[in-house]
Amino acid sequence: MTAHLLRRTGQALLVLWAAFTAAYLLLQAMPGDAVLIKFQNPELGLSPERIAEIRSYYDGGGYLHTLLGFLQGDFGYSVETGTPVLDRLAEGLPATAELAGAAFALAVPLAVLIAFASCHSTRLRGLLLAVPSLMVSVPVFLLGILLVQLFSFRLGLVPVIGGSRAQQLVLPVLTLAVPVSAPIAQVLARALDHALAQPYVPVVAAKGASRSRILWRHAARNALPPALTVAGLTFGELVAGSVVTETVFGRNGVGRLTEQAVDSQDTPVLLAVVVLAAAVFVLVNLLVDVLFPILDPRLA
Amino acid sequence: MRAPAWLTLALAVLWALVPGLFTGHDPLSGVPADKLLPPSAEHWFGTDAVGRDLFARVVHGAAQSLSGAAVAVAVGLVLGTLLGLAAGTAGGLLDGLVMRLMDVLLAVPGLLLALTVIVLLGPGTVNAAVAVGVGSVAAFARLTRAEVVRVRGSDYVEAAYGSGGTVTAVLRRHVLPNSLGPVIALAALQTGVAVLALSTLGFLGYGAEPPTPEWGLLIAEGRDYLATSWWLTTLPGVVVVAVVLAAGRLSKELR
Repeated sequence: MTAHLLRRTGQALLVLWAAFTAAYLLLQAMPGDAVLIKFQNPELGLSPERIAEIRSYYDGGGYLHTLLGFLQGDFGYSVETGTPVLDRLAEGLPATAELAGAAFALAVPLAVLIAFASCHSTRLRGLLLAVPSLMVSVPVFLLGILLVQLFSFRLGLVPVIGGSRAQQLVLPVLTLAVPVSAPIAQVLARALDHALAQPYVPVVAAKGASRSRILWRHAARNALPPALTVAGLTFGELVAGSVVTETVFGRNGVGRLTEQAVDSQDTPVLLAVVVLAAAVFVLVNLLVDVLFPILDPRLA
Repeated sequence: MRAPAWLTLALAVLWALVPGLFTGHDPLSGVPADKLLPPSAEHWFGTDAVGRDLFARVVHGAAQSLSGAAVAVAVGLVLGTLLGLAAGTAGGLLDGLVMRLMDVLLAVPGLLLALTVIVLLGPGTVNAAVAVGVGSVAAFARLTRAEVVRVRGSDYVEAAYGSGGTVTAVLRRHVLPNSLGPVIALAALQTGVAVLALSTLGFLGYGAEPPTPEWGLLIAEGRDYLATSWWLTTLPGVVVVAVVLAAGRLSKELR
């Protein structure tokens, strides 16, 4: 168990290091002078002291320097504003965490509802199983636009501008929850089907267990691990969805920052975002891996 | 469900190949007096802010969106299959190296990977397609490797080696054809995924340049008229969803 944990952690660190290296080679491997010229652009209005500070950062230059910086939480300077990348990330992170957290919190019960309903009702089954396929086929930006159209302009339920914090959050969260929920629902439904076909099901049924008891007590426990794996993998969808959702709804978060960074070729910001996203993805999936033996003692 | 999926895709491909058969309107120049008309018998999908026929723009946009998806899938399929084939056949160090590299690709969310490639190559239809394709390399490589490893252990491959086949000959005659089925199903699925991803990049402004009709760009252009003209975003959106759904359905059948 400990050996497995150590090996998995080592693997995760290796993947993360490789992700950093690849992203660095692609994005940051331009000569230091090219970066510095961008900072000297008078439109940025940087003070000479700030330019000297940035110069000393990039003069030290090179791969190892940047890697050490990242390990210490120093991500360099944004080419667009001349401020530390860390500050810009910290500005956007609360809004994105709020959006992504709420969307995930909504996506999981939604997925569970769809999957369990499809096992309960044989009549609606086909229809219910088609729902996740539809959910993954709608582009996130389109969904956001359609929700604004319906709830803000047609029904007038959510104000387009202004409104309370909760009102501003409801449509983006709904938009982001849909693509995250769909793969979880698909895998959970399949895993439940598989679990219900196992020989222990007729046994507990013969002992007098009701359909819902079989489903919730017995099948659910066995269907959980695959669903958990997919839930970990949907983290990528959560990040990509945040970029699009924040752009559609004009929310200032890390997603919006990413989009702006691409627009203005702000490679230091993009590098930090890519490495951060990979780090969280690797961490989340490591956590899922560690949780596995706890959920299913057979794997311990 | 079988026929509608095939019909939808066939129709979309025909739109891309011979758009003139389906619409007589010009996708690029409009009649300003006819701006923002709702759908009617004359303009099936209505008209946009400069009086262009939206249906014509969607039909002509098929060429942009579908050829982009084809390029994306080709990039993913060729690179991914080659890497997976090499890893699965060679085994050992190369296998480990290639597969860890794929882990790295999978650890970065697809859209971020695509945006990184776009920062490198610059925006544009072809670059966006390549960017989306790079994102699907890992999926193809993993699947191909798994299939190759499965086929490699089978008796007929052993027999082919035993009867004097060289590595390349056995790969080409036995391993590749027998590994290809699931890979083709994945290619169908990835076509839908690519249409989706390309429309997202188009929406964000990294794909085709206006006034080129591209599906994501069409929806983005309709955003400014949400309050008054629902058709500008909804109808091109329905087309995108239909094509993506059909590709997913097709992939399920091929599996």
